[in-house]
Amino acid sequence: MRSTTTSTIKRRDFLRVSALTSGGMLIGINFFSSCKPDAAPAVDISLLNFKDFNAYLRIAEDGYVTIFSPNPEIGQGVKTAMPMILAEELDVEWGKVIVEQGKLNTKDFDRQTAGGSQSIRQSWDTLRQTGATARQMLINAAAEKWGVDPATCTTSKGYILNAKGEKLDYGSVATEAAALEVPENVALKDPKDFTIIGTSAVNVDLDKIVTGKPLFGLDYKRDNMVYASVLRPPAFGQTLIKFDDTAAKAVNGVQQVLQFGDKIAVLASNTWAAFKGKNALQATWSDPADLESTEDHNRILTEILDGNRFDTRRDDGDIDKAFTEADQVLERTYHSPFLPHNCMEPMNFFAHVTEKGVELAGPIQTPESTARRVADLLGRDAADVSVEMTRQGGGFGRRLYSDIPLEAAEISDKSGLPVKVVYTREDDMSAGIYRPSVKYRIKASIKDGTVTGYHLKEAAINGNMYGLIPNFFPAAAIPNFRVSTANFQSKITTGAWRAPYTNFLGFAEQAFFDELAELLGKDPVELRIDLLEQAKNNLDDRIQYSPERMIETIRLVAEKGNWGKPPKGVFQGFAAYYSHNTYVAEVAEVMSKNGKPVVTKIIAAVDCGIVVNPTGARNQVQGGVLDGLGHAMYGDLRFINGKPQSNNFNTYRLIRIQETPQVEVHFVPSEESPTGLGEPGLPPAAAAVANAIKASTGQRVYDIPFFNSLQDIKTPS
Amino acid sequence: MAHFSLKINGETREVDVDQDTPLLWVLRDALNLVGTKYGCGIAQCGACTVHLDGNAVRSCTTTVSMVGQSEITTIEGLSEKGDHPLQKAWKEVDVPQCGYCQAGQIMTAAAFLKQNRTPSREDIRAAMHGNICRCAAYNRIEEAVALAAKNH
Ligand code: FES
Ligand code: FES
Repeated sequence: MRSTTTSTIKRRDFLRVSALTSGGMLIGINFFSSCKPDAAPAVDISLLNFKDFNAYLRIAEDGYVTIFSPNPEIGQGVKTAMPMILAEELDVEWGKVIVEQGKLNTKDFDRQTAGGSQSIRQSWDTLRQTGATARQMLINAAAEKWGVDPATCTTSKGYILNAKGEKLDYGSVATEAAALEVPENVALKDPKDFTIIGTSAVNVDLDKIVTGKPLFGLDYKRDNMVYASVLRPPAFGQTLIKFDDTAAKAVNGVQQVLQFGDKIAVLASNTWAAFKGKNALQATWSDPADLESTEDHNRILTEILDGNRFDTRRDDGDIDKAFTEADQVLERTYHSPFLPHNCMEPMNFFAHVTEKGVELAGPIQTPESTARRVADLLGRDAADVSVEMTRQGGGFGRRLYSDIPLEAAEISDKSGLPVKVVYTREDDMSAGIYRPSVKYRIKASIKDGTVTGYHLKEAAINGNMYGLIPNFFPAAAIPNFRVSTANFQSKITTGAWRAPYTNFLGFAEQAFFDELAELLGKDPVELRIDLLEQAKNNLDDRIQYSPERMIETIRLVAEKGNWGKPPKGVFQGFAAYYSHNTYVAEVAEVMSKNGKPVVTKIIAAVDCGIVVNPTGARNQVQGGVLDGLGHAMYGDLRFINGKPQSNNFNTYRLIRIQETPQVEVHFVPSEESPTGLGEPGLPPAAAAVANAIKASTGQRVYDIPFFNSLQDIKTPS
Repeated sequence: MAHFSLKINGETREVDVDQDTPLLWVLRDALNLVGTKYGCGIAQCGACTVHLDGNAVRSCTTTVSMVGQSEITTIEGLSEKGDHPLQKAWKEVDVPQCGYCQAGQIMTAAAFLKQNRTPSREDIRAAMHGNICRCAAYNRIEEAVALAAKNH
């Protein structure tokens, strides 16, 4: 059943419809226009051609529907979920849908970015409207053929049905439909009638993945392509003085060695020769006096926290008065180290720069800005640059950055060859753009058994990554509230890492509330709910969360996780966090193994609005939770004199299967528009685990990684 | 350069490569069998796992000259139609996220299940511990190996 809500695609989001020469209908779509009110200028549709649309829907005469998914797939499942939404409103069988990865065309004016868990949230309306509009056009074409009123027709799984019981399949009227006017005010389905959304569809690339077909950037090949390995200064802050490439050039297969900036590229006929050639380079690097070490960072961040040169991000009530009048004050400091992204597929990119144009291909989360930056670097027109997006062996924020495609383009430009830059794991872990080290100091005041004041100070390396946090919980929940930030400018490059802003903040804050609950003699879940109840009365328009939805999520996890009633020998910890428009609450269970606390299970409750693809959604949450756990336990990249002290998995520990608890995921039933899932499972995980560790050993952990400092469970029950 | 005649997935393939070239790069660059993945190059992650005479080995640290007449099986040759019990289980459970580590996971599991047809959960976790999945699809890897063992 169609609901009475109707929807018109806004003029500039318009579909461009035309007939396929091979028969059938082709529709151009702008996935993101509807969410970027001021970014795209109004356009005259008659001037648009297909290049202007960032995705297409093709309905062929054989009835097969091809949906070109516009967004980069980094393992977050959008290549499956986005077409599901469109197919739902179009009313076709999922089995007749073929999904292909769309290419970036730089003339597109809308965003094609994977990041911030925004892909689904931002495209929801457009995808639904597009599917519904195409469906109406097919109905109109069939009605015309039959000579009946379109209003008497309906659809079912790829067929148009009329009142007489006749039916036509979509493919048989697709060509005619393409010639019709694009209708306005098409009806959208009532979410209750969804048949594809909310049912599980497996990853569309699954067959290829389990049989080893080429899919990823590292698998990408072109005729006459050479492989390039890049040597960079070993320490952040060093520069290249000179190098000797005699031994490198003697390696079988090495074709060229070239310098660009402070880096040296070795070009070879195969990957191994390129790696060997790079290792054979003899380079001399500068030795400046101000190279940074982790010890320096720790001292500097502590000095910042002890000082008073902060920017105030939010300031409610009178925080100083709250502390002066407090019965009790709790102050704690939390530390997190640098983290590399460690995508399983090491960084790589293909580039071929010729007079005709610049071809780029590989794993990238931001094809559009990458094309622009490459054009700038080479002094070319952005329209000369094309980007082919491969499947990506993980992103985690690392592939938001264009540094690797820029290297590939520069090397191809200098050598005149089609080049694929391939990083070794060591290169990958040493090349920077890390999640920066951060320290938080949180101080709360208690008066008459309630929390009256909360002051969070942040000392971070490099930019104000955490500028967005002040309007999250516990803002509005505590009357006197302040967030202050300050930073230290480092030579070590930093950037977004899965759940930026919140990946570590979620830990600090939610571990702090556990300790606050202990001090107040309150159950940690009850404390959160009390505070959220209070927040309901103090919401202003900057506040970015809904206390109601958070409370519901917390209640669900408390129920599913048997909060407060752990089985014998099990210790529980709780945390809840809102980020990236999604609400997540988690209960972690810890048991004793040889006296040490071991995480055996994590139960998560999630409110992400309508769940498009339940299997995919579960997978995302499981991955986020385990990523949070793994990095809290083991993540630690240290520096001595600017040089990373770990560069491969023998010196940098990632979570493995034997350290992995079962992760159980529950979704809050919802009819709200869907929000993202790639990130929100992560921020509460470390705190839920830390709080369970406290329950088991009595020890509070304040510093990531936890693993090295875990104490014994004293009285295993 | 040296000449090698390798038995791969039931065929004999001829290659001219340096003797110290890891089998991984021979497969990927010279023979275009790119299902075997590079993750670390130092036998720490398992992304490059292939079978030599049925045993799981890390192709990143196995040089081409070490292979000799051993039969090499890669993910492309694990089954003819992608219907090995593990491949079927992997699809049923919808294991992968980014998918990059999964060929290595499946190859490790395939060699393991040949040796242990009725593994416990602990056996599975011990056998799969050498394979890193950065997306942490571990719950489903465990489930899929158990399912394949059951359906074997
Ligand atoms: S690439 Fe061989 S074990 Fe990691
Ligand atoms: S699925 Fe991404 S590394 Fe395993």
